[in-house]
Amino acid sequence: MSAGQLPRWVDYGLIPVLNLVAAFLVSGLVVILIGESPIEAVQILLWGSLGFGEGIGFTLFYATNFIFTGLAVAVAFHAGLFNIGGEGQAYIGGLGVAWACLLLDHYVPWWVTMPLAVAGAALMGAAWAFIPAWLQATRGSHVVITTIMFNFIAASLMVYLLVNVMSEPGSMQPETRTFEDGGRLPFLNDMMPWVDFGTAPVNFSLILAILACIAVWLIIWRTRLGYEIRSFGANASAAVYAGIDPVRTIIITMLISGALAGMMAINEIMGSQHRLLIEFVTGYGFVGIAVALMGRAHPVGIVLAAILFGMLYQGGAELSFEIPAITRDMIVVIQGLVILFAGALEHMFRPFLIQAFAVGRGAAAQAG
Amino acid sequence: MFDTFILILDSTVRLSTPLLLACLAGLYSERAGVVDIGLEGKMLGAAFGAGAVGYLTGNAWAGLLAGIAVSIGLALIHGFASITNRGNQIVSGVAINFLAAGLTALLGQTWFRQGGRTPPLPEGGRFENIELPFAEAMRDVPLIGQIYSELLSGHNILVYIAFAAVPITWWVLFRTRFGLRLRAVGENPAAVDTAGISVIWLRYRAVIVCGMLCGVAGSYLSIAQSSGFITNMTAGKGFIALAALIFAKWQPLNAMLACLLFGFLDAVAIRLQGQELPGIGEVPVQFFQALPYILTVILLAGFIGKAIPPKAAGVPYTKERT
Amino acid sequence: MNKPIPNSQLDAAAPVAIELRNINKRFGPVHANKDIDLVVRKGSIHGIIGENGAGKSTLMSILYGFYHADEGDILIDGQKVSIADSKAAISLGIGMVHQHFMLVDNFSVLENVVLGAEESARLAGGLDRARTELKRLEDEYELRVDPDALIQDLPVGLQQRVEILKALFRGADVLILDEPTGVLTPAEADHLFKILNVLKEEGKTVLLITHKLREIMAVTDTVSVMRRGEMVATKHTADTNMSELAELMVGRNVLLNVDKQPARPREKVLVVEGLNVTDSRGVRVVKDVSFDVKAGEIVGIAGVSGNGQTELMETIAGIRRATSGTLQIDGERIDLAKAAPSPAEMRDKNLAHVPEDRHRMGLVTSFAEYENAILGYHNAPEYSKGWLLDIAAIKQTAQAEIEKYDIRPPDPLLKTANFSGGNQQKIVLAREMERDPTVLLVGQPTRGVDIGAIEFIHKRLIEMRDAGKGILLVSVELDEIRSLADRILVMFDGNVVGERSPDADESELGLLMAGVDGDVT
Repeated sequence: MSAGQLPRWVDYGLIPVLNLVAAFLVSGLVVILIGESPIEAVQILLWGSLGFGEGIGFTLFYATNFIFTGLAVAVAFHAGLFNIGGEGQAYIGGLGVAWACLLLDHYVPWWVTMPLAVAGAALMGAAWAFIPAWLQATRGSHVVITTIMFNFIAASLMVYLLVNVMSEPGSMQPETRTFEDGGRLPFLNDMMPWVDFGTAPVNFSLILAILACIAVWLIIWRTRLGYEIRSFGANASAAVYAGIDPVRTIIITMLISGALAGMMAINEIMGSQHRLLIEFVTGYGFVGIAVALMGRAHPVGIVLAAILFGMLYQGGAELSFEIPAITRDMIVVIQGLVILFAGALEHMFRPFLIQAFAVGRGAAAQAG
Repeated sequence: MFDTFILILDSTVRLSTPLLLACLAGLYSERAGVVDIGLEGKMLGAAFGAGAVGYLTGNAWAGLLAGIAVSIGLALIHGFASITNRGNQIVSGVAINFLAAGLTALLGQTWFRQGGRTPPLPEGGRFENIELPFAEAMRDVPLIGQIYSELLSGHNILVYIAFAAVPITWWVLFRTRFGLRLRAVGENPAAVDTAGISVIWLRYRAVIVCGMLCGVAGSYLSIAQSSGFITNMTAGKGFIALAALIFAKWQPLNAMLACLLFGFLDAVAIRLQGQELPGIGEVPVQFFQALPYILTVILLAGFIGKAIPPKAAGVPYTKERT
Repeated sequence: MNKPIPNSQLDAAAPVAIELRNINKRFGPVHANKDIDLVVRKGSIHGIIGENGAGKSTLMSILYGFYHADEGDILIDGQKVSIADSKAAISLGIGMVHQHFMLVDNFSVLENVVLGAEESARLAGGLDRARTELKRLEDEYELRVDPDALIQDLPVGLQQRVEILKALFRGADVLILDEPTGVLTPAEADHLFKILNVLKEEGKTVLLITHKLREIMAVTDTVSVMRRGEMVATKHTADTNMSELAELMVGRNVLLNVDKQPARPREKVLVVEGLNVTDSRGVRVVKDVSFDVKAGEIVGIAGVSGNGQTELMETIAGIRRATSGTLQIDGERIDLAKAAPSPAEMRDKNLAHVPEDRHRMGLVTSFAEYENAILGYHNAPEYSKGWLLDIAAIKQTAQAEIEKYDIRPPDPLLKTANFSGGNQQKIVLAREMERDPTVLLVGQPTRGVDIGAIEFIHKRLIEMRDAGKGILLVSVELDEIRSLADRILVMFDGNVVGERSPDADESELGLLMAGVDGDVT
């Protein structure tokens, strides 16, 4: 794609908005197809996600997950890597959180457990990303394929562990015991008496997510490591020329990416479920792809996209309650459409816009 | 013991069939340079289409056609994104998987109100098993008879189609003009372009063939293997097929062997569930479920041969401005 | 301005094979082809010469249906035609041998030849007929090549032969060759010229696109000169000479001699001994190379591209691994096989490197200009404040270099891709020269750079030399080497086959480059 043909605001503002509008228009068509009113659906969705305290709370809770998984995908993007394994890394990250909580929850307050749980989540997530990273770096095995494989391996491993190893003795449920207070992050509702998030499980993890955004921004744009990651992602042979070690860069990037994905488990396990259970990731890792694409791999964009998807998840739940025909699967459809239009079809409108601007310029030149 | 073995092999054939169809589907696409991680979604869409139409018409063939049509539709979206718009093929594949997962469940609920399932198929809506000639008579002949009547006979038509597709694919790929061009466009699209062949149309055709085969694969799940569509009934089979494709190093015959291997692992896992193996103890079923993926990773790591994908796979074709 | 000589007057007797009238092609703001008229006579070898970026390849791509002209007509055998795509071009009897071969590496020669011309849906018949036809063509044009060999196993010379066969197999009457000798050894190039003459004798028309004057003089009947998208002249080759053509190409007298004082070399700053390099395919690409560079001199490495120069430079810069050999830089001796330094470590030893290909290596074109100003030096303490990069300091460096090297537009925030080739090259040169290196490796410093920038770059290189730097210069432009270097090493097939002074006889250097008559073989 030739650059510089369009003004920056078009590239970074108008095109993403157009893509998003296209995705939502098609979503609207789907709603019409199942015989419901898209306008009513949007109203319910907006009200359900932003209309009252609890709704906002849930929106932010989901957004917390998506910020982590979105950042994970974005960091890898900057090195030209497609980490599609956020799902598995988050799942395995849950192990780290659970171990820290199960070990300490009887003895110490949450704020002592938290750093260990964060470290555990990051470590386990990073560990799960390590083998694909190492294979990509040293053997050239494509990280997309290996991370997909690792998602499935993670799923099998976690089922095995939760059924055979970690479940509570005597219980048939594939889950660990429930953590005591020392293994639970405080809900924002309890931390901030002036807000009313109702029963929404939005918790301290949101603050961690915001911190992660700042950290990612600093790493990518303000450190030597980030400079190396971006150089490698944009032009690998120039990076080698510049003395940047590809093996090291791939592995470190994927470790950071895996760690961020793993930290999603903090929100779900320590923040909300208070126990490690089966399939707690339920596609949030994949949503990270949509979030990173929509957010253009920039933390600010990711926060906005994560909130949007949080709204979809929460509003979608309300929607399926109000209009039973629009099940929560609608969210999956919208997700697919956003990935399609903001990702795979991101350049669809470019030719039209380039033409439109060329015509505009020509006219301006003639007039001037 | 031998009977058990035959039974395992018999279910291996049944379990391998959808993998094989999807794997060959992926083979056409990726050999033409279009990476497809949307096999799963296309299968799921097809399974739904086939299940729905099979139920409505009571005609398995109509169901199959519907399944193929849905799958081709999704394949064309992938084509539009990755060929026409030169978008990221991985991203497009991910999108298709989501679209299929969401739409099938949503429309299934809207149309049939059974929690996303389609109702059980009526008479004729499902492909029945076919007894090969003399299967009954041969049953008592030791060894050969058993193999013939238990293993080879008594599958539905789609199973035979799947296995017939292997030599056909080989022939198409290596003995026809289309195959030559298909392989060329996956290796060096510029060579194809300068030879006066349209890269875009060629790749579209590959993607459509991929959609067709995925359509059969998905239909098999809902109107041959089972009697109706169930939400997310592909359950990762599209990804196992993708793994098999890599495992097969993009060769048709290897694809069959890889799919049989992965199907066999699945069959063994089902057989061994809850059973003690002498000397080993109970092998967790999850181990068998993960084994195809583990094997593929080991292959990708280059420990058992090297899997070299088509050179232009995943790269959108742009005429270079020199 | 030279008015184009109406070339319809040339050889008016011979019938016209191709005529282009008033061809115009724009890529965005770039006017790549401007009012082009061209007449090519049947059975002739017609050269089109021009600098990189003069629009030759664009014009030929239009003729081959790869691009469409915005305006203008194409006439084949006097008939106005429209060439919508390559297929149309092929059916009009036009064949093209591209600069980068359009071959499928893991296909056989035969499969490559029939691709797109298979005759029937089933391959077998077509392949058999092609095998027979190929045999006939091989005999007729002396183009021998094993039809069952895989392309990836063939040397480039033979791969090119396959390309020619491909065109002939499709019944091409007009053969376009785009910079065909860039990848060939002189011997292979000579052989190619022989083939072209055979083609001519058989009545084919050949269009030879090149930027090398020598080739035009050696093989063409007629030559057309392009400059900045325009066709500036068409002449009988016999009626012109190299210096006239060179002047036409650049639009003024070419300064082949750079104004410089004799070098005053001092101590050795770079010593390479017994260097051997093997590439990823296991081919030995640098063989027992030993030489030294002294402070205050420019050592030029001449040779046809692909004879090990790239690998030599990259190995010295730490990008490639050597199989054996030692390197002495600034007095320190390094065993390159045992303790290979990384590019970063080489920079720490005051070695700077301007790579041959700025797009592939020298720049990250999606970065802002200021970010490229520290590529490779990003770990230097002056660009960091604690954990973080010191963006202000980096921008300051970039701004200073922009001013000193007159980089335009002078905007450190502009995306590097949006600078012209010459300015991009200046960004790389500024970055590498301004770090006060002891040794400077420079590859193809003026490739794709406009004349004004070439003079500037040459002047800066001489200044660096006079400031006591040791400079190792690789260029495929012999003239550039001769005008800049104080000593010339000639590389052929991975060996340094001789050392000559810059005023050595040109034909002597040419023979060395061709691997004939070397000191070592």
